[in-house]
Amino acid sequence: MTKIEVTVDGAKYADDVEPRMLLVHYLRERLGKTGTVVGCDTSNCGACTVHVDGRSVKSCNMLAVQADGHEVTTVEGLAQDGELHPVQKAFHECHALQCGYCTPGMIMQSIDLLNDNPNPSEEEIRTGLEGNLCRCTGYHNIVKAVQTAAGGAQ
Amino acid sequence: MIPAKFDYVAPTSVEEALSALADAGDDAKVIAGGQSLLPVLRMRLNAPEVIIDLGRIDALRGIRDDGDAIVIGAMTTHADVQADPLVREHATLITKAVTEVADPQIRHRGTFGGALAHADPAGDLGAPALALDAEFVIAGSGGTRTVAASDFFVDLFTTAIEDDELLTEVRIPKKTGWGAHYEKFVRVAHQWPIVAIGAAVKVDGGTISEARVGLTNMGSTPLRATSVEQALVGQPATDEAVRAAAASAGEGTNPPSDLNGDADYRRHLATVLTRRAVLAAAGG
Ligand SMILES: Cc1cc2nc3c(=O)[nH]c(=O)nc-3n(C[C@H](O)[C@H](O)[C@H](O)COP(=O)(O)OP(=O)(O)OC[C@H]3O[C@@H](n4cnc5c(N)ncnc54)[C@H](O)[C@@H]3O)c2cc1C
Ligand code: FES
Ligand code: FES
Repeated sequence: MTKIEVTVDGAKYADDVEPRMLLVHYLRERLGKTGTVVGCDTSNCGACTVHVDGRSVKSCNMLAVQADGHEVTTVEGLAQDGELHPVQKAFHECHALQCGYCTPGMIMQSIDLLNDNPNPSEEEIRTGLEGNLCRCTGYHNIVKAVQTAAGGAQ
Repeated sequence: MIPAKFDYVAPTSVEEALSALADAGDDAKVIAGGQSLLPVLRMRLNAPEVIIDLGRIDALRGIRDDGDAIVIGAMTTHADVQADPLVREHATLITKAVTEVADPQIRHRGTFGGALAHADPAGDLGAPALALDAEFVIAGSGGTRTVAASDFFVDLFTTAIEDDELLTEVRIPKKTGWGAHYEKFVRVAHQWPIVAIGAAVKVDGGTISEARVGLTNMGSTPLRATSVEQALVGQPATDEAVRAAAASAGEGTNPPSDLNGDADYRRHLATVLTRRAVLAAAGG
Protein backbone atom coordinates (compact mmCIF):
# COMPACT_ATOMS: atom_id res chain seq x y z
CA MET A 1 0.00 0.00 0.00
CA THR A 2 1.12 3.51 -0.78
CA LYS A 3 -0.22 6.64 0.84
CA ILE A 4 -1.54 9.28 -1.52
CA GLU A 5 -2.94 12.77 -0.99
CA VAL A 6 -5.05 14.16 -3.79
CA THR A 7 -7.54 16.92 -4.25
CA VAL A 8 -10.57 15.73 -6.18
CA ASP A 9 -13.30 18.15 -7.22
CA GLY A 10 -12.09 20.60 -4.62
CA ALA A 11 -11.98 18.20 -1.64
CA LYS A 12 -8.78 16.82 -0.14
CA TYR A 13 -8.39 13.05 0.31
CA ALA A 14 -5.65 10.98 1.94
CA ASP A 15 -5.82 7.26 1.21
CA ASP A 16 -3.74 4.10 1.18
CA VAL A 17 -3.93 2.49 -2.24
CA GLU A 18 -2.38 -0.45 -4.00
CA PRO A 19 0.19 0.95 -6.44
CA ARG A 20 -1.48 -0.93 -9.28
CA MET A 21 -4.82 0.78 -8.75
CA LEU A 22 -5.83 2.86 -11.78
CA LEU A 23 -6.90 6.44 -11.16
CA VAL A 24 -10.34 5.74 -12.66
CA HIS A 25 -10.92 2.90 -10.18
CA TYR A 26 -9.80 5.10 -7.31
CA LEU A 27 -12.32 7.74 -8.37
CA ARG A 28 -15.15 5.32 -8.88
CA GLU A 29 -14.61 2.67 -6.22
CA ARG A 30 -12.95 4.61 -3.40
CA LEU A 31 -14.51 8.03 -3.81
CA GLY A 32 -17.82 6.88 -5.32
CA LYS A 33 -17.40 9.30 -8.22
CA THR A 34 -19.10 7.08 -10.76
CA GLY A 35 -19.68 9.99 -13.15
CA THR A 36 -16.34 9.07 -14.69
CA VAL A 37 -16.83 5.86 -16.67
CA VAL A 38 -14.71 3.15 -18.30
CA GLY A 39 -15.51 2.46 -21.93
CA CYS A 40 -12.60 0.36 -23.16
CA ASP A 41 -9.59 -1.68 -22.18
CA THR A 42 -7.12 -0.04 -24.54
CA SER A 43 -7.01 3.67 -23.60
CA ASN A 44 -8.69 4.53 -26.88
CA CYS A 45 -12.20 5.72 -26.08
CA GLY A 46 -11.69 8.73 -23.80
CA ALA A 47 -14.85 8.03 -21.72
CA CYS A 48 -12.68 8.17 -18.58
CA THR A 49 -11.24 11.64 -19.30
CA VAL A 50 -10.64 13.83 -16.23
CA HIS A 51 -8.40 16.84 -15.64
CA VAL A 52 -5.19 16.55 -13.65
CA ASP A 53 -3.79 19.98 -12.72
CA GLY A 54 -6.10 21.43 -15.33
CA ARG A 55 -5.08 19.26 -18.30
CA SER A 56 -7.12 16.38 -19.73
CA VAL A 57 -5.89 12.83 -19.21
CA LYS A 58 -7.36 9.36 -19.61
CA SER A 59 -7.84 8.22 -16.02
CA CYS A 60 -7.76 4.55 -17.06
CA ASN A 61 -4.19 5.11 -18.26
CA MET A 62 -2.83 6.60 -15.09
CA LEU A 63 -2.11 5.05 -11.69
CA ALA A 64 -3.73 6.56 -8.61
CA VAL A 65 -0.24 6.84 -7.08
CA GLN A 66 0.79 9.07 -9.99
CA ALA A 67 -1.93 11.52 -8.90
CA ASP A 68 -0.35 11.90 -5.46
CA GLY A 69 0.05 15.61 -4.70
CA HIS A 70 -2.03 16.65 -7.69
CA GLU A 71 -5.46 18.09 -8.30
CA VAL A 72 -8.09 16.07 -10.16
CA THR A 73 -11.33 17.42 -11.58
CA THR A 74 -14.05 15.04 -12.73
CA VAL A 75 -17.31 15.75 -14.51
CA GLU A 76 -18.89 15.78 -11.05
CA GLY A 77 -16.85 18.79 -10.03
CA LEU A 78 -17.88 21.08 -12.86
CA ALA A 79 -21.19 22.48 -11.63
CA GLN A 80 -20.84 25.42 -9.25
CA ASP A 81 -23.56 26.20 -6.70
CA GLY A 82 -26.05 24.05 -8.56
CA GLU A 83 -25.32 25.81 -11.89
CA LEU A 84 -24.16 23.56 -14.71
CA HIS A 85 -20.85 24.43 -16.37
CA PRO A 86 -21.43 26.24 -19.72
CA VAL A 87 -20.18 23.19 -21.63
CA GLN A 88 -22.56 20.91 -19.69
CA LYS A 89 -25.37 23.33 -20.48
CA ALA A 90 -24.47 23.36 -24.17
CA PHE A 91 -24.44 19.53 -24.30
CA HIS A 92 -27.89 19.58 -22.73
CA GLU A 93 -29.27 22.28 -25.02
CA CYS A 94 -27.84 20.80 -28.23
CA HIS A 95 -28.84 17.28 -27.21
CA ALA A 96 -25.25 16.21 -27.73
CA LEU A 97 -25.86 12.69 -26.51
CA GLN A 98 -27.71 9.54 -27.38
CA CYS A 99 -26.94 6.80 -24.84
CA GLY A 100 -24.76 9.28 -22.94
CA TYR A 101 -21.93 6.90 -22.15
CA CYS A 102 -19.25 9.00 -23.86
CA THR A 103 -20.65 12.26 -22.47
CA PRO A 104 -18.54 12.73 -19.30
CA GLY A 105 -15.34 12.27 -21.30
CA MET A 106 -16.58 14.40 -24.18
CA ILE A 107 -17.45 17.23 -21.79
CA MET A 108 -14.08 17.06 -19.99
CA GLN A 109 -12.16 17.03 -23.27
CA SER A 110 -14.30 19.83 -24.74
CA ILE A 111 -13.46 22.02 -21.75
CA ASP A 112 -9.75 21.29 -22.22
CA LEU A 113 -10.06 22.12 -25.90
CA LEU A 114 -11.82 25.42 -25.21
CA ASN A 115 -9.23 26.34 -22.55
CA ASP A 116 -6.54 25.99 -25.22
CA ASN A 117 -8.52 27.50 -28.06
CA PRO A 118 -11.59 29.54 -27.08
CA ASN A 119 -12.73 29.94 -30.71
CA PRO A 120 -12.12 26.63 -32.46
CA SER A 121 -13.17 25.93 -36.04
CA GLU A 122 -15.28 22.84 -36.73
CA GLU A 123 -12.14 21.01 -37.86
CA GLU A 124 -10.24 22.03 -34.73
CA ILE A 125 -13.11 20.72 -32.61
CA ARG A 126 -13.11 17.38 -34.43
CA THR A 127 -9.31 17.07 -34.09
CA GLY A 128 -9.41 18.19 -30.47
CA LEU A 129 -11.90 15.43 -29.70
CA GLU A 130 -10.07 12.74 -31.66
CA GLY A 131 -9.26 10.80 -28.50
CA ASN A 132 -12.96 10.49 -27.60
CA LEU A 133 -15.13 7.93 -29.32
CA CYS A 134 -18.93 8.04 -29.41
CA ARG A 135 -20.25 4.54 -29.97
CA CYS A 136 -23.62 6.01 -30.99
CA THR A 137 -21.70 8.23 -33.47
CA GLY A 138 -23.54 11.34 -32.39
CA TYR A 139 -20.59 13.55 -33.29
CA HIS A 140 -22.63 16.14 -35.14
CA ASN A 141 -24.44 17.50 -32.09
CA ILE A 142 -21.32 17.17 -29.96
CA VAL A 143 -19.51 19.52 -32.34
CA LYS A 144 -22.54 21.84 -32.24
CA ALA A 145 -22.46 21.85 -28.44
CA VAL A 146 -18.80 22.84 -28.39
CA GLN A 147 -19.50 25.62 -30.90
CA THR A 148 -22.44 26.78 -28.78
CA ALA A 149 -20.35 26.78 -25.61
CA ALA A 150 -17.59 28.71 -27.40
CA GLY A 151 -20.11 31.28 -28.62
CA GLY A 152 -21.62 31.61 -25.17
CA ALA A 153 -18.23 32.19 -23.60
CA GLN A 154 -17.43 35.13 -25.86
CA MET B 1 -7.97 -5.60 -16.52
CA ILE B 2 -5.62 -4.12 -13.97
CA PRO B 3 -1.87 -4.70 -13.77
CA ALA B 4 -0.41 -7.55 -11.73
CA LYS B 5 0.92 -6.55 -8.30
CA PHE B 6 4.13 -4.58 -8.15
CA ASP B 7 6.16 -2.51 -5.70
CA TYR B 8 6.26 1.19 -6.44
CA VAL B 9 9.21 3.52 -6.03
CA ALA B 10 9.09 7.25 -6.80
CA PRO B 11 12.62 8.68 -6.69
CA THR B 12 13.22 12.43 -6.92
CA SER B 13 16.67 12.35 -8.56
CA VAL B 14 18.36 10.47 -11.39
CA GLU B 15 20.90 9.02 -8.90
CA GLU B 16 18.10 7.61 -6.72
CA ALA B 17 16.39 6.18 -9.79
CA LEU B 18 19.61 4.50 -10.94
CA SER B 19 20.21 2.94 -7.55
CA ALA B 20 16.60 1.73 -7.43
CA LEU B 21 17.18 0.15 -10.85
CA ALA B 22 20.41 -1.47 -9.68
CA ASP B 23 18.71 -2.83 -6.54
CA ALA B 24 15.77 -4.33 -8.43
CA GLY B 25 17.78 -5.83 -11.30
CA ASP B 26 15.86 -7.47 -14.14
CA ASP B 27 12.55 -7.29 -12.32
CA ALA B 28 12.16 -3.52 -12.57
CA LYS B 29 10.62 -1.28 -15.19
CA VAL B 30 10.65 2.48 -15.22
CA ILE B 31 7.43 4.35 -15.91
CA ALA B 32 7.49 7.75 -17.60
CA GLY B 33 4.08 8.94 -18.81
CA GLY B 34 2.81 5.37 -18.71
CA GLN B 35 0.91 5.80 -21.97
CA SER B 36 2.57 2.78 -23.57
CA LEU B 37 3.56 0.88 -20.44
CA LEU B 38 0.21 0.89 -18.64
CA PRO B 39 -1.71 -0.69 -21.54
CA VAL B 40 0.97 -3.42 -21.62
CA LEU B 41 0.70 -4.01 -17.86
CA ARG B 42 -3.09 -3.98 -17.98
CA MET B 43 -3.12 -6.62 -20.69
CA ARG B 44 -0.63 -8.56 -18.51
CA LEU B 45 1.82 -8.76 -21.39
CA ASN B 46 4.44 -7.80 -18.83
CA ALA B 47 4.46 -8.03 -15.05
CA PRO B 48 7.50 -6.32 -13.51
CA GLU B 49 7.96 -6.71 -9.75
CA VAL B 50 9.06 -3.12 -9.26
CA ILE B 51 7.90 0.02 -11.03
CA ILE B 52 10.18 3.04 -10.77
CA ASP B 53 8.26 6.25 -11.47
CA LEU B 54 10.34 9.00 -13.10
CA GLY B 55 7.46 11.48 -12.72
CA ARG B 56 8.93 13.18 -9.64
CA ILE B 57 12.37 13.88 -11.09
CA ASP B 58 12.11 17.55 -12.06
CA ALA B 59 15.61 17.55 -13.58
CA LEU B 60 14.37 15.32 -16.41
CA ARG B 61 11.74 17.81 -17.52
CA GLY B 62 12.22 20.86 -19.73
CA ILE B 63 13.68 22.16 -22.97
CA ARG B 64 16.81 24.30 -23.32
CA ASP B 65 18.92 26.00 -25.95
CA ASP B 66 22.46 24.63 -25.90
CA GLY B 67 24.13 26.59 -28.67
CA ASP B 68 24.10 24.32 -31.70
CA ALA B 69 21.42 22.00 -30.32
CA ILE B 70 18.03 22.01 -28.62
CA VAL B 71 18.01 19.71 -25.61
CA ILE B 72 14.76 18.02 -24.60
CA GLY B 73 14.55 16.39 -21.16
CA ALA B 74 13.31 12.79 -21.34
CA MET B 75 10.28 13.50 -19.13
CA THR B 76 9.06 16.50 -21.12
CA THR B 77 5.50 15.74 -22.23
CA HIS B 78 4.48 15.58 -25.87
CA ALA B 79 2.18 18.58 -25.21
CA ASP B 80 5.07 20.67 -23.86
CA VAL B 81 7.30 19.76 -26.81
CA GLN B 82 4.45 20.60 -29.18
CA ALA B 83 3.99 24.08 -27.67
CA ASP B 84 7.69 24.95 -27.32
CA PRO B 85 8.90 27.94 -29.40
CA LEU B 86 12.57 26.80 -29.41
CA VAL B 87 11.66 23.41 -30.83
CA ARG B 88 9.36 25.03 -33.38
CA GLU B 89 12.11 27.38 -34.55
CA HIS B 90 15.11 25.05 -34.62
CA ALA B 91 13.63 21.55 -34.93
CA THR B 92 10.37 22.14 -36.77
CA LEU B 93 10.14 18.50 -37.84
CA ILE B 94 9.84 17.48 -34.18
CA THR B 95 6.97 19.96 -33.66
CA LYS B 96 5.20 18.62 -36.75
CA ALA B 97 5.65 14.98 -35.74
CA VAL B 98 4.70 15.34 -32.07
CA THR B 99 1.46 17.08 -33.08
CA GLU B 100 0.55 13.82 -34.84
CA VAL B 101 1.17 11.58 -31.80
CA ALA B 102 -2.01 9.98 -30.43
CA ASP B 103 -4.59 12.43 -29.04
CA PRO B 104 -4.56 15.44 -26.69
CA GLN B 105 -5.09 13.42 -23.49
CA ILE B 106 -2.21 11.07 -24.29
CA ARG B 107 0.02 13.99 -25.30
CA HIS B 108 -0.61 15.55 -21.87
CA ARG B 109 0.98 12.55 -20.14
CA GLY B 110 3.14 10.75 -22.69
CA THR B 111 6.77 11.88 -22.77
CA PHE B 112 9.35 12.54 -25.47
CA GLY B 113 11.89 10.23 -23.83
CA GLY B 114 9.33 7.54 -23.07
CA ALA B 115 8.18 7.36 -26.68
CA LEU B 116 11.76 7.08 -27.98
CA ALA B 117 12.78 4.56 -25.30
CA HIS B 118 9.71 2.49 -26.13
CA ALA B 119 10.94 2.28 -29.75
CA ASP B 120 7.68 1.15 -31.30
CA PRO B 121 8.54 0.93 -35.03
CA ALA B 122 5.23 2.70 -35.69
CA GLY B 123 6.00 5.47 -33.16
CA ASP B 124 6.01 8.93 -34.68
CA LEU B 125 9.12 10.38 -33.06
CA GLY B 126 11.86 7.90 -33.97
CA ALA B 127 12.19 8.67 -37.68
CA PRO B 128 12.28 12.45 -37.15
CA ALA B 129 14.90 12.02 -34.40
CA LEU B 130 16.96 9.80 -36.72
CA ALA B 131 16.60 12.15 -39.68
CA LEU B 132 17.79 15.08 -37.57
CA ASP B 133 20.82 13.16 -36.18
CA ALA B 134 19.57 13.40 -32.60
CA GLU B 135 21.90 12.30 -29.81
CA PHE B 136 20.65 10.34 -26.83
CA VAL B 137 22.13 11.01 -23.39
CA ILE B 138 21.97 7.86 -21.29
CA ALA B 139 22.82 7.71 -17.58
CA GLY B 140 24.11 4.61 -15.81
CA SER B 141 25.91 3.83 -12.57
CA GLY B 142 29.23 4.49 -14.31
CA GLY B 143 28.22 7.97 -15.54
CA THR B 144 26.60 9.19 -18.72
CA ARG B 145 27.23 8.35 -22.35
CA THR B 146 25.92 9.83 -25.57
CA VAL B 147 24.60 7.59 -28.33
CA ALA B 148 23.96 8.69 -31.92
CA ALA B 149 20.45 8.08 -33.26
CA SER B 150 21.90 5.67 -35.83
CA ASP B 151 23.11 3.44 -32.95
CA PHE B 152 20.19 4.07 -30.58
CA PHE B 153 17.46 2.13 -32.38
CA VAL B 154 18.49 -1.52 -32.30
CA ASP B 155 15.37 -3.52 -33.16
CA LEU B 156 11.62 -3.73 -32.53
CA PHE B 157 11.05 -2.15 -29.08
CA THR B 158 14.80 -2.35 -28.43
CA THR B 159 17.24 0.53 -27.98
CA ALA B 160 20.82 1.01 -26.82
CA ILE B 161 19.52 1.74 -23.27
CA GLU B 162 20.65 -1.13 -20.98
CA ASP B 163 18.43 -2.51 -18.19
CA ASP B 164 20.30 -0.54 -15.53
CA GLU B 165 20.32 2.73 -17.49
CA LEU B 166 18.01 5.69 -18.06
CA LEU B 167 17.52 8.02 -20.97
CA THR B 168 17.92 11.50 -19.51
CA GLU B 169 17.81 13.87 -22.47
CA VAL B 170 17.84 14.08 -26.24
CA ARG B 171 19.96 16.62 -28.14
CA ILE B 172 18.60 17.75 -31.48
CA PRO B 173 21.12 19.62 -33.66
CA LYS B 174 19.52 22.88 -34.83
CA LYS B 175 18.15 23.10 -38.34
CA THR B 176 17.21 26.75 -38.18
CA GLY B 177 15.51 28.06 -41.29
CA TRP B 178 14.82 24.61 -42.72
CA GLY B 179 11.33 23.68 -43.87
CA ALA B 180 9.81 20.53 -42.40
CA HIS B 181 6.77 18.34 -42.69
CA TYR B 182 5.56 15.05 -41.18
CA GLU B 183 3.18 13.18 -43.47
CA LYS B 184 1.30 10.47 -41.58
CA PHE B 185 -1.00 7.97 -43.24
CA VAL B 186 -3.72 6.52 -41.00
CA ARG B 187 -7.14 5.01 -41.51
CA VAL B 188 -8.70 6.06 -38.21
CA ALA B 189 -8.19 9.00 -35.83
CA HIS B 190 -5.49 9.09 -33.14
CA GLN B 191 -3.62 5.99 -34.17
CA TRP B 192 -0.17 4.80 -35.08
CA PRO B 193 0.75 5.37 -38.70
CA ILE B 194 0.51 2.70 -41.37
CA VAL B 195 3.49 4.55 -42.85
CA ALA B 196 4.70 8.07 -42.11
CA ILE B 197 7.48 10.21 -43.54
CA GLY B 198 9.36 13.04 -41.87
CA ALA B 199 11.13 15.45 -44.19
CA ALA B 200 13.33 18.48 -43.47
CA VAL B 201 14.85 20.47 -46.31
CA LYS B 202 16.97 23.55 -46.76
CA VAL B 203 15.91 25.49 -49.81
CA ASP B 204 18.12 28.25 -51.25
CA GLY B 205 16.62 30.27 -54.09
CA GLY B 206 14.22 27.51 -55.11
CA THR B 207 16.91 24.79 -55.04
CA ILE B 208 17.13 22.11 -52.38
CA SER B 209 20.61 22.33 -50.87
CA GLU B 210 20.23 19.80 -48.03
CA ALA B 211 17.59 17.20 -47.24
CA ARG B 212 16.71 14.73 -44.48
CA VAL B 213 14.07 12.04 -44.87
CA GLY B 214 13.03 9.62 -42.11
CA LEU B 215 10.69 6.65 -42.57
CA THR B 216 8.26 5.44 -39.89
CA ASN B 217 6.99 1.84 -39.83
CA MET B 218 9.05 0.73 -42.83
CA GLY B 219 11.13 -1.77 -40.84
CA SER B 220 11.88 -2.94 -37.32
CA THR B 221 13.48 0.44 -36.53
CA PRO B 222 13.09 3.97 -37.87
CA LEU B 223 14.96 4.32 -41.19
CA ARG B 224 16.57 7.07 -43.19
CA ALA B 225 16.04 7.32 -46.95
CA THR B 226 19.63 8.35 -47.74
CA SER B 227 19.24 7.70 -51.47
CA VAL B 228 16.30 10.12 -51.59
CA GLU B 229 18.24 12.67 -49.54
CA GLN B 230 21.16 12.51 -51.99
CA ALA B 231 18.90 12.63 -55.04
CA LEU B 232 17.14 15.75 -53.73
CA VAL B 233 20.30 17.83 -53.32
CA GLY B 234 20.69 20.35 -56.13
CA GLN B 235 17.16 19.76 -57.41
CA PRO B 236 14.49 22.44 -57.80
CA ALA B 237 11.65 22.09 -55.30
CA THR B 238 9.16 21.17 -58.01
CA ASP B 239 6.67 18.33 -58.16
CA GLU B 240 8.50 16.66 -61.03
CA ALA B 241 11.97 16.75 -59.49
CA VAL B 242 10.76 15.69 -56.04
CA ARG B 243 8.64 12.88 -57.51
CA ALA B 244 11.72 11.49 -59.28
CA ALA B 245 13.89 11.70 -56.16
CA ALA B 246 11.17 10.13 -53.96
CA ALA B 247 10.91 7.06 -56.20
CA SER B 248 13.63 5.26 -54.27
CA ALA B 249 12.06 5.83 -50.80
CA GLY B 250 11.09 2.16 -50.43
CA GLU B 251 14.46 0.73 -51.46
CA GLY B 252 16.25 -1.33 -48.85
CA THR B 253 13.31 -1.20 -46.44
CA ASN B 254 11.66 -4.16 -44.77
CA PRO B 255 8.13 -3.03 -43.90
CA PRO B 256 5.62 -5.23 -42.09
CA SER B 257 2.63 -6.88 -43.76
CA ASP B 258 -0.59 -6.72 -41.77
CA LEU B 259 -4.30 -6.02 -42.14
CA ASN B 260 -3.55 -2.41 -43.06
CA GLY B 261 -1.47 -3.39 -46.06
CA ASP B 262 1.31 -5.69 -47.23
CA ALA B 263 4.95 -4.79 -47.60
CA ASP B 264 4.69 -3.86 -51.30
CA TYR B 265 1.77 -1.56 -50.57
CA ARG B 266 3.82 0.15 -47.86
CA ARG B 267 6.85 0.51 -50.17
CA HIS B 268 4.63 2.24 -52.71
CA LEU B 269 3.03 4.37 -50.01
CA ALA B 270 6.49 5.47 -48.87
CA THR B 271 7.25 6.97 -52.29
CA VAL B 272 3.93 8.85 -52.40
CA LEU B 273 4.21 10.15 -48.84
CA THR B 274 7.86 11.13 -49.33
CA ARG B 275 6.91 13.27 -52.30
CA ARG B 276 4.12 14.93 -50.31
CA ALA B 277 6.31 15.44 -47.24
CA VAL B 278 9.25 16.94 -49.17
CA LEU B 279 7.03 19.25 -51.23
CA ALA B 280 5.22 20.45 -48.10
CA ALA B 281 8.54 20.92 -46.30
CA ALA B 282 9.99 22.89 -49.21
CA GLY B 283 6.88 25.05 -49.43
CA GLY B 284 7.39 26.31 -45.88
C1 LIG C 1 -4.49 5.07 -27.65
C2 LIG C 1 -3.03 5.40 -27.87
C3 LIG C 1 -2.63 5.92 -29.09
C4 LIG C 1 -1.30 6.22 -29.34
N1 LIG C 1 -0.97 6.72 -30.55
C5 LIG C 1 0.32 7.00 -30.83
C6 LIG C 1 0.70 7.51 -32.09
O1 LIG C 1 -0.12 7.76 -32.97
N2 LIG C 1 2.02 7.76 -32.33
C7 LIG C 1 2.97 7.55 -31.36
O2 LIG C 1 4.16 7.80 -31.62
N3 LIG C 1 2.65 7.08 -30.14
C8 LIG C 1 1.34 6.81 -29.85
N4 LIG C 1 1.02 6.32 -28.60
C9 LIG C 1 2.11 6.11 -27.60
C10 LIG C 1 2.46 7.40 -26.86
O3 LIG C 1 3.23 8.24 -27.71
C11 LIG C 1 3.28 7.19 -25.59
O4 LIG C 1 3.27 8.40 -24.91
C12 LIG C 1 4.73 6.86 -25.76
O5 LIG C 1 4.91 5.80 -26.65
C13 LIG C 1 5.36 6.42 -24.44
O6 LIG C 1 5.70 7.50 -23.66
P1 LIG C 1 5.44 7.42 -22.10
O7 LIG C 1 6.12 8.60 -21.52
O8 LIG C 1 4.02 7.28 -21.83
O9 LIG C 1 6.29 6.12 -21.71
P2 LIG C 1 5.91 4.87 -20.79
O10 LIG C 1 4.69 4.21 -21.29
O11 LIG C 1 5.94 5.27 -19.36
O12 LIG C 1 7.20 3.98 -21.08
C14 LIG C 1 7.38 3.32 -22.32
C15 LIG C 1 8.62 2.43 -22.24
O13 LIG C 1 9.82 3.18 -22.21
C16 LIG C 1 10.55 2.96 -21.03
N5 LIG C 1 11.05 4.26 -20.61
C17 LIG C 1 10.29 5.39 -20.48
N6 LIG C 1 11.08 6.44 -20.14
C18 LIG C 1 12.34 5.96 -20.05
C19 LIG C 1 13.61 6.57 -19.73
N7 LIG C 1 13.70 7.89 -19.47
N8 LIG C 1 14.71 5.80 -19.74
C20 LIG C 1 14.62 4.48 -20.04
N9 LIG C 1 13.46 3.85 -20.34
C21 LIG C 1 12.33 4.58 -20.35
C22 LIG C 1 9.58 2.32 -20.06
O14 LIG C 1 10.23 1.46 -19.16
C23 LIG C 1 8.67 1.55 -21.00
O15 LIG C 1 9.25 0.34 -21.36
C24 LIG C 1 -0.31 6.03 -28.31
C25 LIG C 1 -0.70 5.52 -27.08
C26 LIG C 1 -2.04 5.20 -26.84
C27 LIG C 1 -2.43 4.65 -25.51
S1 FES D 1 -11.78 3.87 -20.59
FE1 FES D 1 -10.10 5.21 -20.63
S2 FES D 1 -9.82 5.50 -22.71
FE2 FES D 1 -11.42 4.06 -22.73
S1 FES E 1 -23.89 8.98 -26.91
FE1 FES E 1 -23.64 6.85 -26.87
S2 FES E 1 -21.51 6.67 -26.88
FE2 FES E 1 -21.75 8.72 -27.33
